[in-house]
Amino acid sequence: MTTSLSRFVNIGERTNVSGSARFKRLIVEGDYEEALSVARQQIDNGAQIIDVNMDDGLLDGAEAMTRFLRLIATEPDIARVPLMIDSSKWEVIEAGLKCVQGKPVVNSISMKEGEKAFLARVHDCMRYGAAVVVMAFDEQGQADTEERKVKICTRAYKLMTGAGFPPEDIIFDPNIFAVATGLPEHDNYGVDFINATRRIKQTLPHARVSGGLSNLSFSFRGNEPVRRAMHSAFLYHAIRAGLDMAIVNAGQLDIYDDIEPDLRNRVEDVILNRRADAGERLLEIADRFRGQSGAVAKAADLSWREGDVPARLKHALIHGLTDFIVEDTEEARQLADKPLEVIEGPLMAGMNAVGELFGAGKMFLPQVVKSARVMKQAVGHLVPYLEEEKKRSGLEGVSNGKIVMATVKGDVHDIGKNIVGVVLQCNGYDVVDLGVMVPSEKILRIAREEKADLIGLSGLITPSLDEMVHVAAEMEREGWDLPLLIGGATTSPMHTAVKIEPAYVRNATIYVSDASRAVGVVRTLLSKDNREALIKQTRDDYERLRISHASGRSAKPRLKLEAARARSLKADWRDYTPPEPVFLGVRTFDDWDLGDLRRHIDWTPFLSSWDVKGRYPQILDDPKKGEAARTLIKDANIMLDRIVAERWLQPRAVVGFWRANADGDDIILWEGQDRDRELKRLHTLRQQMIKDTGKPNYALSDFIAPKASLLVDYIGGFCVTAGHGEAERSARFARAGDDYSSIMVKSLADRLAEALAESLHARVRRELWGYARDETYSNQEMISEKFQGIRPAPGYPAQPDHTEKRTLFTLLGAEKRIGVSLTENCAMTPPASVSGFYFSHPQSHYFAVGRIGKDQVADYAKRKGLPFAETEKWLSPILAYDPRK
Amino acid sequence: MTRKERRARLSELAKKRVLITDGAMGTAIQALGLDDAAFHGERFATWPIPLKGDNDLLNLTRPKAIRTIHDDYLAAGADLIETNTFNATSISQADYGMQNMVAEIAREGAKLARAAANAFEIQEPERPRGVMGAIGPLSKTLSISPKVEDPGYREVDFDEVYVSYREQAEAMAEYVDFFAIETVFDTLNAKAAITACMDVNEGTSDPVPLILSGTITDNSGRTLTGQTTEAFWNSIAHARPWAAGLNCALGANELRPFIADMARAADCMVIAYPNAGLPNAFGEYDETPDTTSAHLGEWARDGLVNIVGGCCGTTPDHIRAIASAVAGVKPRKTNPHPVAMRLSGLEPFELST
Repeated sequence: MTTSLSRFVNIGERTNVSGSARFKRLIVEGDYEEALSVARQQIDNGAQIIDVNMDDGLLDGAEAMTRFLRLIATEPDIARVPLMIDSSKWEVIEAGLKCVQGKPVVNSISMKEGEKAFLARVHDCMRYGAAVVVMAFDEQGQADTEERKVKICTRAYKLMTGAGFPPEDIIFDPNIFAVATGLPEHDNYGVDFINATRRIKQTLPHARVSGGLSNLSFSFRGNEPVRRAMHSAFLYHAIRAGLDMAIVNAGQLDIYDDIEPDLRNRVEDVILNRRADAGERLLEIADRFRGQSGAVAKAADLSWREGDVPARLKHALIHGLTDFIVEDTEEARQLADKPLEVIEGPLMAGMNAVGELFGAGKMFLPQVVKSARVMKQAVGHLVPYLEEEKKRSGLEGVSNGKIVMATVKGDVHDIGKNIVGVVLQCNGYDVVDLGVMVPSEKILRIAREEKADLIGLSGLITPSLDEMVHVAAEMEREGWDLPLLIGGATTSPMHTAVKIEPAYVRNATIYVSDASRAVGVVRTLLSKDNREALIKQTRDDYERLRISHASGRSAKPRLKLEAARARSLKADWRDYTPPEPVFLGVRTFDDWDLGDLRRHIDWTPFLSSWDVKGRYPQILDDPKKGEAARTLIKDANIMLDRIVAERWLQPRAVVGFWRANADGDDIILWEGQDRDRELKRLHTLRQQMIKDTGKPNYALSDFIAPKASLLVDYIGGFCVTAGHGEAERSARFARAGDDYSSIMVKSLADRLAEALAESLHARVRRELWGYARDETYSNQEMISEKFQGIRPAPGYPAQPDHTEKRTLFTLLGAEKRIGVSLTENCAMTPPASVSGFYFSHPQSHYFAVGRIGKDQVADYAKRKGLPFAETEKWLSPILAYDPRK
Repeated sequence: MTRKERRARLSELAKKRVLITDGAMGTAIQALGLDDAAFHGERFATWPIPLKGDNDLLNLTRPKAIRTIHDDYLAAGADLIETNTFNATSISQADYGMQNMVAEIAREGAKLARAAANAFEIQEPERPRGVMGAIGPLSKTLSISPKVEDPGYREVDFDEVYVSYREQAEAMAEYVDFFAIETVFDTLNAKAAITACMDVNEGTSDPVPLILSGTITDNSGRTLTGQTTEAFWNSIAHARPWAAGLNCALGANELRPFIADMARAADCMVIAYPNAGLPNAFGEYDETPDTTSAHLGEWARDGLVNIVGGCCGTTPDHIRAIASAVAGVKPRKTNPHPVAMRLSGLEPFELST
């Protein structure tokens, strides 16, 4: 299905005793616990509403409905979605209505028993607060033709709206009937439904249309591939005509484009009644598809099902297909002597193939993470057997090695680490992931308890570098002897060589740039053969880096701070009138539309976070990476549809503006308009590199009118987050074994936070500060920052000192107002947050402070009132000298 | 003035300024330090069950004390006061064996509040003073099982809750300007109350509009039964409330993000009456009027609210400070929402056109 499916609502059909034999058996036998898992499965498969139906002769419908819905109320992961209370008996529906605190959908009512009874039901739906499905059914019976369908729905609509029922809560079901029955009077049923849908949507404002699909293909019972093709093709056309929702088995729909063309053509002949012999022609070929009981309906491609089990497992792993994985794994288990052989044999072979393709650049990370999902399900199926086997034989499972990984204390970023963890797991390593903000003691304690073969540390913000050095030093002190891996956006071979490796010399300390490299390094480190060679190679490389680093520092002399100040930007303040913001002080902005923010997403860094590097949109046509990029963005958009529709994330923003003047390299924020009381003081750092004559040595304070100018200038500050809701959502996916979606949520929250920061900055320029009211730029121009004013963030090149965030957060009251706080190392949490200062001066621009001399560190420490050593520690990434000398 | 006139004038006034509702009743009664005998009064002197804590019964045994509390809040500037009937339902009164007295307790509570409001209206004829008939959450809940081992079990069913609420609403209907279904921590209880109030209003020429106020129990932003603010709104929007909002459990500082959610979600007026901060180590509320009113003033300036007041721990001084903090501030604009099908489970679901 194309994009329209994303707005199309899937209603889960499996919690229906007449639709699912398994569910019916569970309910009749009273196994409600297991019946709940059917509901849960529907949600995991993407059902946005769950239909519950207890209409069966063996059951007291009202009692079963009451019991099941009360149980659902105590299961938050099921109760989160709305329910559709489905029965042909009103008393069963009413029993259900009395059990749900949310606003449900009633399915269904009709005019079968006349207007009076109908209006009584409508009135009840208004009292209980429910949307309602209305069947196209009147005193004469069910509507079969287009005319009757439209006529009955129109009559019901008028009655309902006349009684005060909100039209947006009406859902019409104009009856999907079986086609290709052999009776010519049935041939037009598909067309009748589709045309009626179109007319209902056009003529009855705000009303919705739904349908139950399973009837349509009734003639092809037992031939699942043909049935699924019929359902998919029918939905394809009905959705275009305006169908809003359908009761479907959410996990089992085919991709329209993937239906085998001949089959699709003949199916469409039937559905659209394009030729008199359409039914016969479909029958002719139907047998060809029978027995291909598969859920991925690439009818032509289903040939992969004909291979042997190892081949099928390999195919499923490479293509990330979960539909058959359990049955294939089970088949492999029965063929094997021991369950472990399935993992070590065909599954590992499949994952090795994935690893090879990945290494060769023929597969990309997102696809590998999908493979991991398949692997997890296969292993999950085997776990009980493995346990049993272990009990019998007393043997422990075999693993390639165990890795303990963590994002270090003070840091909350973990997308990259999670990806590495998943890829390592795919390659047969046990990964113990300790999560984020993990103190050194805990990392080492767990590594000891778990008997780890290797420790991996990750971090994104610069203070994490020091924390990694700390962990390394602790390992040295405690006498550890196992390899240490270093990764994360802020780390580098240089930092590892200069800082971390010297702290931990007993075993290897190795920097890994990305997930694909991690596997190779880990494999080599844990092998006997090449291990020593890699360690020696790394040591030599790092020694060279250290030498070049030491010479690099001495080779680039710095200006004395006084000299650098003398070369500051001398903006012309005489003819300058600082623009005045529309408010002073701090305000919270909560009215963000996720749907609008998603349009401002910058896809280049998104792809990069998945190790798919290249500029968007050109990368979409890249012969090598194009497909991975397209698939990734498609999956991202599917998730964004849910993020927007179900409001998974709560974007929040806070903005402040204050009167300000520069005082040397500081910026004073004034309390009142008299400018005699300091509210706060910001500290900025000045470039000390030697530049060509005439080029200034910048500090951010250069962009604010100096105190001596007597001008009242202004500075802004902001903090935004898209992270509320992300952690729980991501954890839920991770718990369900779906790391792909778990990482996807995080990477999208990050991008939405950036998009929010970008939108907010635009709003600041155009409205809140209002110095560029007429500015209009396209999204692409926004990303390339072609506008006046900047929003530099502490911890980034223009102000590398993270601690200035503390001042910013105090000024904004960010924690109180929008729930964003700082860790002890000044990482923002939730991590999908962005903060910074606003400068409006036309000459303001981004720059990098670069390395600074000891004189500036001393001066800065004094200005900030911090001890020299502490200041040096925070500024260690930009020191132009070696603090140990 | 008739009820209809009063409501019309209040609605008109609410377009011009933020309306003020009263502060805590429960903690105000606690502060009186009444002993068990005072609760029994003469009428129930021989009642075999201890009655201390049955605040609603004071409508019968200490009506003057309740009247004084109403008077104090009206004098502090409240446009709306709430009846002392939070627990005046057969289910909640059963704890004291008073289930048969409910109609009288509720009726007298409504009359007391109305009389106090009338006295102020006579003094100041231009200024309408509304009475909200308080309908509390009950001591038993429809969505939660009290038995850990049996999650499908319920202490009460929907019909019992409906009957209990209906008796209360019927008793108050003649005297109150609004029904306030408040401190909602289980939305299913509230839905039963809505149905009861709708049925009481059915066919009358002067239906009593509803006010709905939920309770977010902690910083997770959920009601006790797990709904988000927006999901709560979707569940109760069919009541077409005069105002909807949040109260209790949190102080203003903690409540703000959820009120902002409500301000976005609701297409009617938004009412907010937080506690005076979070309780201290002794379970007392010690946030000062200055602090509470500074928060509420900010909410008003940020366009989040139409009606503000206080819940647990707030006093007439709080109300006075709040009234002055929001004076002159334009109330939140109530705009009709884009038409969309809005459903909910624990979380909201919206299908827009």
